[in-house]
Amino acid sequence: MSVVLEAKNIVRDYQLPGGLFSKGGVVHAVKGVSFSVEKGKTLAIVGESGCGKSTLARILTLIDPATSGDLFIKGKKVDITKGDLTKDLRREVQIVFQNPYGSLNPRQKIGDVLTAPLVIQGNVPADERRERAMMMLKKVGLGEEHYNRYPHMFSGGQRQRIAIARALMLNPSLLVLDEPVSALDLSVQAQVLNLLADLQDEFNLTYVFISHDLSVVRYIADEVMVMYFGEAVEYGTREAVFADPKHDYTKTLFAATPKADPASIRARLARKNAA
Amino acid sequence: MALLEIENLVVEFQTTTGMFRAVDGVSLKVDQREVLAIVGESGSGKSVSMLAVMGLLPWTAKVTADKMTFNGRDLLTLSDAERRKIVGKDIAMIFQEPIASLNPCYTVGFQIEEVLRFHLGLGRKERRARAIELLTAVGIPNPAERLDSFPHQMSGGQCQRVMIAMAIACNPKLLIADEPTTALDVTIQKQILDLLVKLQAEHGMGMIMITHNMGVVAETADRVVVQYKGRKMEEADVLSLFENPRSNYTKALLAALPDNATGDRLPTIADYFKDGSEIAGAAVS
Repeated sequence: MSVVLEAKNIVRDYQLPGGLFSKGGVVHAVKGVSFSVEKGKTLAIVGESGCGKSTLARILTLIDPATSGDLFIKGKKVDITKGDLTKDLRREVQIVFQNPYGSLNPRQKIGDVLTAPLVIQGNVPADERRERAMMMLKKVGLGEEHYNRYPHMFSGGQRQRIAIARALMLNPSLLVLDEPVSALDLSVQAQVLNLLADLQDEFNLTYVFISHDLSVVRYIADEVMVMYFGEAVEYGTREAVFADPKHDYTKTLFAATPKADPASIRARLARKNAA
Repeated sequence: MALLEIENLVVEFQTTTGMFRAVDGVSLKVDQREVLAIVGESGSGKSVSMLAVMGLLPWTAKVTADKMTFNGRDLLTLSDAERRKIVGKDIAMIFQEPIASLNPCYTVGFQIEEVLRFHLGLGRKERRARAIELLTAVGIPNPAERLDSFPHQMSGGQCQRVMIAMAIACNPKLLIADEPTTALDVTIQKQILDLLVKLQAEHGMGMIMITHNMGVVAETADRVVVQYKGRKMEEADVLSLFENPRSNYTKALLAALPDNATGDRLPTIADYFKDGSEIAGAAVS
């Protein structure tokens, strides 16, 4: 198994601007996180808002540089502040954002959304761009008739499919999914999760799946990392983390997740009647 | 006598292409001290039916029902002025986005005290004392100081607590919570749900919990109504709904929970209706 993504001691600080009366400060968003993901596997990153999981996503997708630490993609060290970000590298890593309503340009037709990455990469003639976009539309469960439509004509689940299609246009090896299903309804969520699983099998994709929903993580992840205030407090295989959570925060998280099985409902009703 | 009783509620919206029916013949009842959960996906009409009860729908909406009574009073024939005396006092509502539902220009203390002045006519000192009492009840530390905070100075969970404080300010008989925890983290969600259930038991309120999250239903409800495309699919007490769902739609919803995944693929709603049977035809009354 080859390791697609490896992070060693990633740190990201944000400088707060000082004003006339206030001194600037430093926010430590990510405080030394290390992990590695093998090809074709899914790493889930769990944590509440403000724990640094989206900051980490931006670093992994080469949007923001890390303050310190080393990032390896397919075994090659990458530092975007030193101009390592080539078009070839950009092709390797793609991202799907949380809100499918915000991540698509309302004035851009779906066809243009999907072909834009190919235009930027160059070397692909127009008819081939169109053909590849049509193929990708079918892959994600949409049709050729959607090519000339605008984003507002689609539902949330369909838009998320478009966002996934756009991310896959360049055949990346690593896909960072930043809360891809948390804005979707339960039944649509199931469809999108199925789609992601199918695509992973077909293209042998590696996923970094960011979520705060433990039931989704349990379903899709091979490995789980729990973040809390910028630190990775728990990191292990799915079985290990779910069977035997070590850190107090992970335990709190598990305890807070609503349980929808009849046994826990019965227990709750019994408690209520006793009170 | 039931606290809230709705029979055959229909809500239609005027659109450029004709009337759109958002709620199609929904009947439900809430008793005192009861927690009713209304579950459904977006577009199932669960929020719209409750907004109709509150009288908060825009003028393009046409509301008809065979019966809509609250505490023995007919809500359909109520004048606007009379309705305003009930809404916010005897029926209170909490909305999904806590930060968006507070006015950013006023302190939270002002907004809580406004409710007390309008509905109860309390004097300035009494209002202040009651507001502090309410913030203490919803678990906000340093309540006396926090009254002078603006919404942007508080976190999402704290804003939702302020919304709850405003809602229970006049000891309502019915509390409608419209997706109260959807915008919040799981750990905060747990705290808010526990708080709502505790307040509901303490004050003996009836509560309607609108949600799309089956976990929230399991953790709070006594009875559940499942809605789909404006129609009621199923009504059952919470235990039998999870143990023994009758309508195909409920079965599909439960199967789509990643918790219940048995194979590699999650079943979707479509898997349950492969034969093309009309989903509404599968409804159990």
